Amino acid sequence: MKKSVFFGTLAAAGLAAGFAAAGTLDDVKANGTLKCGVTTGLVGFAAPDASGKWEGFDVSVCRAVAAAVLGDGEKVEFVPTTGQTRFTALASGEIDMLARNTTWTFSRDVDLKFTFVGVNYYDGQGFMVRKDLGVSSATELDGATVCIQTGTTTELNLADYFKANNMSYEPVPIETNAEAQQQYLAGACDVYTTDASGLAATRATFEDADAHMVLPEIISKEPLGPLVRHGDDQWGDIVRWTLNALIAAEELGVTSANLEEMAKGTNNPEINRLLGTEGDLGGMLGLGATWAKDAISVGGNYGEVFAANIGEGTPIALARGLNAQWTQGGLIYSPPFR
Amino acid sequence: MSTTYDASEPSFRLSMLIYDTRYRSLTIQVVAFILFMSGIAWLISNAYFNLQDLGKDFDFGFLGSRAGYDISPRLIEYSNDSTHFRATLIGLLNTLLVAFLGCILATIVGVIAGVLRLSNNWITARLMTIYVEAFRNIPVLLWILLFFAFFTESLPHPRTFKGEDPESTLFLGSIAFTRQDAWIPAPIMGTGSNIILIIFALSLFAIWFFGRWAKRRQEATGDILPTFWIKLAIFVLPTLAMYLVLGRPITLEYPEISRFSFDGGIRVKNAMLALWLALSLYTGAFIAEAVRAGILAVSSGQTEASFALGLRPNRTMSLVILPQALRVIIPPLISQYLNLTKNSSLAIAVGYMDLRATLGGITLNQTGRELECMLLMMLIYLIVSLIISGAMNVYNSSVKLKER
Repeated sequence: MKKSVFFGTLAAAGLAAGFAAAGTLDDVKANGTLKCGVTTGLVGFAAPDASGKWEGFDVSVCRAVAAAVLGDGEKVEFVPTTGQTRFTALASGEIDMLARNTTWTFSRDVDLKFTFVGVNYYDGQGFMVRKDLGVSSATELDGATVCIQTGTTTELNLADYFKANNMSYEPVPIETNAEAQQQYLAGACDVYTTDASGLAATRATFEDADAHMVLPEIISKEPLGPLVRHGDDQWGDIVRWTLNALIAAEELGVTSANLEEMAKGTNNPEINRLLGTEGDLGGMLGLGATWAKDAISVGGNYGEVFAANIGEGTPIALARGLNAQWTQGGLIYSPPFR
Repeated sequence: MSTTYDASEPSFRLSMLIYDTRYRSLTIQVVAFILFMSGIAWLISNAYFNLQDLGKDFDFGFLGSRAGYDISPRLIEYSNDSTHFRATLIGLLNTLLVAFLGCILATIVGVIAGVLRLSNNWITARLMTIYVEAFRNIPVLLWILLFFAFFTESLPHPRTFKGEDPESTLFLGSIAFTRQDAWIPAPIMGTGSNIILIIFALSLFAIWFFGRWAKRRQEATGDILPTFWIKLAIFVLPTLAMYLVLGRPITLEYPEISRFSFDGGIRVKNAMLALWLALSLYTGAFIAEAVRAGILAVSSGQTEASFALGLRPNRTMSLVILPQALRVIIPPLISQYLNLTKNSSLAIAVGYMDLRATLGGITLNQTGRELECMLLMMLIYLIVSLIISGAMNVYNSSVKLKER
């Protein structure tokens, strides 16, 4: 961890020459792999499976971008980052994009100079406690010892929330989700707080998941999404529209099952434009005509990716909620492909 | 008369810079210096232009803005409304706290282990060898994690202290060791406690004064006073007497079980205890070797000579061996203190909020000022190290061989 901060700093200081000048797209094509920053391991969002293959909701975004750019969703080099190292890694060019449960905030966008290309999960910060602690609301947590992942927005939300409710707490700063899980299970802290989706994912891995509960309070808005560096708009557009392609595919009813059929041409012009049988949207991005088809072919559309990794059929069992399509009363909405 | 020195010596030629031994070393130094400085200049300009490309400026103004995060422990007043500068200060104080406590414990452990390793008792000497080799040859990070795991996994949970017939009880009735940190009694300063503190300070001064006086008296008359017992009496009696006279104004507040953990008392982070113990025992092993080397460096003839003069063993140690051994021990001791202080930045591994975790961790992350934070942190560590080595060098010059 320390090493990558250090190297990141050195690189930011300029020992890695001139990344800003060359286009990220050219770099990725030249390397033949997409370097994608993910978490160090959060089941459902980004974690290696038993055979060491990365999978998860955020991982699918990386794979979709790799498929759109390189035509192969396997050509991704996953770079695990912690809450502390992720921004340095992105700013220094160590990774091409970051898909790591990262909250879109003003200062990260404007001051840290990153482009959030969209939101792939609308989340909020919650608290997890043991049921036998006898707590049913976050307002009863006065005096509790709280595990927090350091270097995240949750740290600041927590401070604000306890201050606003006139409560005190003892912070236990922790580097990764795995460490937090271990400390929480050992009882070194009473409460673990992070994004509610992360809590659900973590709880799903517990042996005695029923002995733990996520408190009803959601204390913040955490729009999570992939991000890239400022200064390379073409690359930003590619990642943005790849994400939008997955979302639009769900809205338009394009799934991995009917993708090939739809790609032969349909009577819906938007599907035709999306899948490259009509118009030249891919060429405008500097990609091939089938970019969106390739992206969707990796894991299906947004809804399929959601269902396969974190949906109600998985141990994590997250409902779509805010993350349903806008037509279903959610917030997931892609601008039109035209 | 012989010829005078001819003033018209051969004029300076450029090739002499390389071929003339008088100038060659100077030439090499100048060239090396220019290369070095241009390397530095390249790094700086590279950093400058790349920061410009990234659209980032080089500005320490972020130190004045609101930090927004909480820190525990804090030795001085701090809330999440304080500035990043204040947070840095808290982190620095936490670093200094663990470094200070670590240096003290490491010295005690090191001196004891070093002396015992030379013991004639086979078991004692071997045990100390095992201690030294085990701690010296395993990375300190692993020791820190091991101690921390011990604290958080094997100590009782605070809830076991609850109820009519609790599973766990306070250690010595006053200290709570739990897996969520330890609580020790806190002193409550009543009215008149300032007087006691003043008396205590005065008695410390008196001890120092008495020591000087006794030494001068001994040099003048040869009489030896039982200084240890007199010093102990000065240390304890006036303060104790005043404490009783004023009606025990300083009381202890014991930790009491509360809803989640304990109220009252002082909360000592397990992370700090783990870091402190691991750093002390690790550095203590190195100090033990320095102490052993120092003692072995004094030839046994010195001991025999002082025995022949009729000095008893403890006086031989304090008057003959130690003053000579210290000359060998102090220089490596300085670097061990520096190592301990710098190693304290491993606090990040157990979540102890030291300088590395505040300025180099959360502040860096929340403000995105990598270069500024890293440079500032390096500067602070450099200054702290220079102060420690400066202070220790002053002490070193007071014990080193004085040639007259």
